[in-house]
Amino acid sequence: MAEDLCRLSVSGLAPLLARREVSPVEVTEAMLSRITALDPDINAYITVDEEGAWAQAREAEARLGRGENGVLLGVPLALKDVLATKGLRTTCASRILENFVPPYDATVCVRLRKAGAVFLGKANMDEFAMGSSTENSAFGVTRNPWRRDCIPGGSSGGSAAAVAADLCTASLGSDTGGSIRQPAAHCGVVGLKPTYGRVSRFGLVAYASSLDQIGPLTKEVRDAALLLQVIAGPDAKDSTSAPEPVPDYLESLGKDIKGLRIGVPREFFGEGLDQEVEGAVRKALKTLEGLGADLMEVSLPLTEYAVATYYIIAMAEASSNLARYDGVKYGFRAPAGNLQEMYARTRTEGFGTEVLRRIMLGTYTLSAGYYEAYYRKASQVRALMRRDLDRAFETCTVLATPVAPTPAFCIGEKGDDPLTMYLSDIFTISANLAGIPGISLPCGLSAAGLPIGLQLMGPPFGEPQVLQVAFAFEQATEFHRAKPPLA
Amino acid sequence: MALTKEEVLHVANLARLSLDPQQVDRFTRQLNDILAYVEKLQEVDTAGVQPMAHVVPLYNVFREDEVTPGLSREDSLANAPVQEEGTFVVPRVI
Repeated sequence: MAEDLCRLSVSGLAPLLARREVSPVEVTEAMLSRITALDPDINAYITVDEEGAWAQAREAEARLGRGENGVLLGVPLALKDVLATKGLRTTCASRILENFVPPYDATVCVRLRKAGAVFLGKANMDEFAMGSSTENSAFGVTRNPWRRDCIPGGSSGGSAAAVAADLCTASLGSDTGGSIRQPAAHCGVVGLKPTYGRVSRFGLVAYASSLDQIGPLTKEVRDAALLLQVIAGPDAKDSTSAPEPVPDYLESLGKDIKGLRIGVPREFFGEGLDQEVEGAVRKALKTLEGLGADLMEVSLPLTEYAVATYYIIAMAEASSNLARYDGVKYGFRAPAGNLQEMYARTRTEGFGTEVLRRIMLGTYTLSAGYYEAYYRKASQVRALMRRDLDRAFETCTVLATPVAPTPAFCIGEKGDDPLTMYLSDIFTISANLAGIPGISLPCGLSAAGLPIGLQLMGPPFGEPQVLQVAFAFEQATEFHRAKPPLA
Repeated sequence: MALTKEEVLHVANLARLSLDPQQVDRFTRQLNDILAYVEKLQEVDTAGVQPMAHVVPLYNVFREDEVTPGLSREDSLANAPVQEEGTFVVPRVI
């Protein structure tokens, strides 16, 4: 029974809680004991907050007892450790924030608490969300629940692995260049990156502010809609949060997709795409066609420039954002005789290699004499990429593509070669540069037993149609029911 | 546009980093690889294209100028590596 409780999705668990067939305390207990049993091996969590989880579970129980009916009352979640949680250590998987305890909650956390969620703990990630494998964590790599020798993807690798291994009912991650969708694909779960501005970034530790967006990782599409409903909407504390009204996301689920036009960008099926991934995605396209959708080939000719554009912009923004870690206000401080030396030693000892590399590159491209050639040029290419996507969405309702060029690779495989790692983000980056929503959902397993993901992207604020197509695909297939072979 | 070790050291100083000789060697090589790769952007004709710094066309987000509680001094200082008499303490500047 306890194991079954862990396997349930939000949509499966919430009604049982609401009808008081199971109690939040019972569910939390089941989750915490599963984490104790399995997480030493997976390492999905940086911090497990038993005490806090119990308190929230008891509170949820009291609220249920008073007849309240919040959609997440008693539902246990994991939060990527990049989201500020009041009173609970938030590390960003970095030594520099190893002992940082935020004095406030991120807006998404406030909204989840209000809806009655229970926070089990903080999920592992690449340091400051910089990476595609969770190997850049100061707290050790997270292992893929499907194959322990493989990476779970990144940067929200802990959030994805925790959902896949039933170490939480659902989780939140953040996505700057694919950091929700790619680990979701590698771990065989659903991951949704909303439109830029749809979800408040207040309390999300900044990496690249014009690209960062928070979103859910879940066991099924309906859960992604449910969680987005809770966290979406304008916030006075984030001036970039969008004033657009939030629609009812559940309403679009179950609508048929007959006659709906799905664009297939040819540049996403070229050189470098693993054959098994291509096979699974092509088969998924056939499934969508079988459901009555019209597939149409489209062209996004600037796709080959996406990685270069993304890394210039992301690193420039990162170098500026991470200037705040100076050993004065919070975080690690290295001992030093004077202020200049203290800054330099604190930052060099506190940050990991990938973070240092990105700060260096970003500082260089923004420095005198290079700004025009790099940052300005990349921002122009970005504008052109958005224009191409806007045109594609004049004729298509959504675009369907692979999420990652290959299934999860082995831990350590990419070694010390940053460029190869960066190139693995090629299919997810466009959505961030253009600020559009994208979802990753399971569409197959490789011969080696690793999940493969299908990506659907929509126009700005097109979450309803993205969820509609994703839900239709999920209803017609069984991939989301597959579970990793865990002890 | 090859980046020299001296330039890497200059950039490190701008970013307030103190790299050891191995890190300088490694970053010189890797930053050059990355810069050579992103050079391909020059192939794209962007003449007359307005750079996009932000995807959402938001302008002048106004709100009422109301006083609301912010972080207390105690909370603001709670994570400071060194604090004294309600202030942040840093090493000698002069």
